[in-house]
Amino acid sequence: MKLDVNGKVHNVDVEPEMPLLWALRDELNLAGTKYGCGVAQCGACTVHVNGDPVRSCVTPVGSMAGKKIVTIEGLGAGKGLHRVQKAWVEHGVPQCGYCQTGMIMAASALLAKKAKPTDDDIEAAMTNLCRCGTYARVRRAIHSLAGNKVEADPAPAAAPNGQTI
Amino acid sequence: MTLAVSRREFIKASAAVGGGLALEFSLAGNALAHAAGAAASPEVTHWIVIHPDNHVLIRIARSEMGQGSLTGLAQLVAEELDCDWKMVSTEFASPNEHIRRKRIWGSMSTGGSAGVRTSQDYLRKSGAQARAMLVAAAAAEWKVPPAECSAANGYVSHGPSKRKVSYGKVAQAASKLEVPKDVKLRDPKDWKVAGKSLARLDTPDKVLGKPVFGVDVQLPGMMHASIVQCPVFLGKVKSLDDSAARGMRGVKGVVRDDNFVAVVADNWWRANVAAKKLVIEWDNGANGNVSSDSITAMFREGLGATGLPSARKTGDTPAALASAAKVVEAEYGSPYLSHATMEPMTATAWFKADGTLEVWTSTQNGEASIAAASEASGLALEKCEVHKAMLGGGFGRRGAPQDYVTQAVKIAKQFPGKPVKLMWSREEDMQHGFYRPASLVKMKAGLDAQGKVTAMHTVIACPSILALLRPEGIKDGIDFTAVRTFADATYEIPNQLVEYAMRNPHVPVGFWRAPGLQNSFYRECFIDEVAHAAGKDPLALRLAMMKPDDKNRRVLEAAAKMAGYNQPLPAGVFRGIAQSDGFGSYTAMVAEVSVRDGAIKVHRVVFAIDSGYVVNPQACRAQAEGNVIYCLGQLYEAHTIKDGRVVESNFHDFPLPRMPEMPRVETYFVPTGGFWGGHGEPGALNVMPAVLNAVFAATGKRVRSLPLKDGELKA
Repeated sequence: MKLDVNGKVHNVDVEPEMPLLWALRDELNLAGTKYGCGVAQCGACTVHVNGDPVRSCVTPVGSMAGKKIVTIEGLGAGKGLHRVQKAWVEHGVPQCGYCQTGMIMAASALLAKKAKPTDDDIEAAMTNLCRCGTYARVRRAIHSLAGNKVEADPAPAAAPNGQTI
Repeated sequence: MTLAVSRREFIKASAAVGGGLALEFSLAGNALAHAAGAAASPEVTHWIVIHPDNHVLIRIARSEMGQGSLTGLAQLVAEELDCDWKMVSTEFASPNEHIRRKRIWGSMSTGGSAGVRTSQDYLRKSGAQARAMLVAAAAAEWKVPPAECSAANGYVSHGPSKRKVSYGKVAQAASKLEVPKDVKLRDPKDWKVAGKSLARLDTPDKVLGKPVFGVDVQLPGMMHASIVQCPVFLGKVKSLDDSAARGMRGVKGVVRDDNFVAVVADNWWRANVAAKKLVIEWDNGANGNVSSDSITAMFREGLGATGLPSARKTGDTPAALASAAKVVEAEYGSPYLSHATMEPMTATAWFKADGTLEVWTSTQNGEASIAAASEASGLALEKCEVHKAMLGGGFGRRGAPQDYVTQAVKIAKQFPGKPVKLMWSREEDMQHGFYRPASLVKMKAGLDAQGKVTAMHTVIACPSILALLRPEGIKDGIDFTAVRTFADATYEIPNQLVEYAMRNPHVPVGFWRAPGLQNSFYRECFIDEVAHAAGKDPLALRLAMMKPDDKNRRVLEAAAKMAGYNQPLPAGVFRGIAQSDGFGSYTAMVAEVSVRDGAIKVHRVVFAIDSGYVVNPQACRAQAEGNVIYCLGQLYEAHTIKDGRVVESNFHDFPLPRMPEMPRVETYFVPTGGFWGGHGEPGALNVMPAVLNAVFAATGKRVRSLPLKDGELKA
C-alpha cells in the first residue's frame, strides 16, 4: 500500500483497516503524531489529509489512496518553523507538549481555511484535549496569527522582597 | 533536551539500524550534539559539565512533565554560575549513575510542587561553587590572586591585566580543584537569570513534535505490547485461552502474569487488536460486589464511628458546640478521579546480552523506576538503567506507583535481547489508575451571639494514600494527605477538633494534583456557609479569623483587591472567594461565575500567591492556568465503581474540560521572601470552593457533593 506522507510516497505493508496513526507511528517512525484515546475524542493524533484536519486514530489506512498526508514532521515543509509553530514559541504555549502537535495541526488547518477566525471559529475547530491547561495560550497564539487583539497578561509587579517579577 | 541515551548505546543503536532511525530520536535536542566531545568535557561539579566551546550542560534530577522544571532548575544553577544562558542545555541525571554515586543528585522525586523549593539551596550552591572554581583556575593560570578576578556571562576576567578567558578553556583545570564549602549566594533582588520569564528550553522541540515521550521510544528490533489487567482491582487471572490472539498477524507472543495478560506484536495496534481476542477468566477475589454505594456506606459508617484518631484537638470542641448560640452543620463529598494524563502509562524494557536491563519510561521519579526495574527483574540496581523520557503529563500518577515499569520488565523478560515497549490503551489507563480518593466529610461550626466562630468539628472519612504507597508516613493513625487543610487550618478558632476515619476500599488511591485538595473544597465552601449563617461577608469573616501577620491574609487581601471585590459585576455574574495554603505557598482565589439554564460558566479567575520567591513568572502563570482548568473538570468528572471495577473507560464518559471552559486567569505574585513555596499545585486548591461559592451567590444553591447532578442547578 502506498502512503503519501509529507511529500514522500512510502510503501507500507499493513492491513487496510489499520488506523493511519499506527502506520505513521509504528511503521514509518513518525512519532510526533500521538495516541491519546483511540476514539477521536482528544485530537492528539490530528494530521492533515488533503489539507483537512483528520483524527488519524480512527482513519483507516485503506482510505488514504491518492491522498496527501501531512504530519507535524512535515508541517514546515523543510523551510523551518511553520508560522503556527513560531506563534506557539512566541506565546509559550506548550507545557508537557504531548497534545501540542495535534493542536498545531488543527490550528494550521483552521488558519489555512479562515485567515481571521473569531473566538467561536477557534472553539469550533480546536476541540483537542489538553490536560496541562494551555487553552488560553492556544487561543492567544491563534488570535495573534489572525491579527486579532491579544489580551495581555496582568502587569508585572515589584515584590516586597525586592525581586522584580 | 534529549532522551538520555548513553553514548555507547547511541553508537550501537545507530550502527544496528544504519543510523537513520536512531539518529532521528537521539538528536532531538542540543545536549547530544556535544556528546561527541563529552569525554573531553569536564564535570566541574556533579550538576555542571562545561564543554570546551563554552556550552554548559546542566543536569536535572527532577522530571519534566510540563511544569517547566527543566528550565526553572537550570535558571537557579545558571544564576550563580554566571554563564551565558544562550549556551545552556540540560540533561536528566542518570538514575543508574545516581545509585552508583551514592545518590549524589539528591531527590529525583518530582511531586508535591517541590522541584524548586527543595533543591534551590543545593542547586544555587553548586552554581556558585563551580563559578568559584572556574575563577580560581583562571587565576592560577594567570598567577594572580583570585580576588582580582571576576566572572560574568561565561568568562573569567582579570581587570588589572585586561585578560579574559572562557569557562570552557579553564573548565578542565577547575574540575580538578577542591569544591569550596562556603560560597555566598546572591540576594534574590540581584537576580539576572532566576526570577525572569525566560522562554522555556523545551518549547522549540515541543512545537516540532521532536521530544521523545515514553511512548515514542524507538529501538532496533523493538516490539510493542498491549496489556489487559483484571477489571476488578486486586483480582487475578484464573484461566487464559490465547489461541485466537496468537494466530493473528504480527503477534510475537502472549505473556501471562498473576494479574495481567499482555500481547506482544510488531505494531502496537496489532498487539491491541489481538489483546481483544484474549479469552480470560478472572478470579475477582473478595471485591467483585463493591460499588460506589457500598463505598459511601463505608465512609458514612466512618463518620459515625467513635474513638477516631484526631489530627487536631484544641480547646473543648464538644462543650463549645453544646453552648453555641447557633450551630451550622453540613456533609460534603467527592468521587474518585483519574489523573487522565494525555500520554497513557508506558515503559520500554530491554534485557541486554551483557546481563543488564535498560528501561525507558515517563516517570516522576527515576529512582523509583530503577527500584521497580530491579525488583521485577531480580537484577541488582547497578545492573539496571532507567532513561527518563519526557512525560505527557504526570499529575502524581507516575511517581510512587511504578506498576507500568514492573509490567514492562516482566513482559520483556520473556523476550531476552529484544526491546519491548508497553503502552496501555486509554481504557486500561482510565480503569487502572491510582485515583484521587473519594471521601465524605462532616463539619459542624458553633457561633456565639455576635456571629463569631467559637468551635469547629470535622470528621473526615477518606481512604489513605499513604497506607497504600508509603505506609511509614502514617503517624498515630493519621494520613496527613487526608486531613490537610483542616488539621493545619490557619483560622483562629479557639475550639477545633479534626477526626480521621481511615476507610480503605480496594480501589487504589494515589497522589492526584494537589493531594488532599478536596478538603479545600469542603472547608472553604463550609466557611462560606458559616459566613452566610452569621450574616457576615465571606471575606470579612475569613480576615477576622486570621492573625495580623498571617501570610494567608496578605494573599486574600491581594486577590480581593485585584478582583475588585467590592465593585459591582456585570448583570448575571457572581463572585466567590476562597483561601488555602499548601505545598509551601499561600494562595487565595476569586472566581466570577454565571449560571444559565443550570450550566456554570466561569468568566474570570483572580489568583494571588505568595511563594516566597518566583523563579520563572511566566512558567508559574502557566501553572496557575493549568491548575484552574484541571480542577474545573471536577464539576462533572467522576468514577463510578460497579461490580468492583471502574465503569468509565475513555473521554466520552470521563470528560475533560475543553477550550470553551477556559476562563481568563489572572495571576498576581505577592512573594514576601524568606521562604520557598511551590507553584505546581497550590493553584489547584481554591478552584472548586471559589467557583462553587460563586455558584451559591448566583443561585442560592449549595453544591456539597461533586460531581454536579443532572439539573441540580436548574431554577
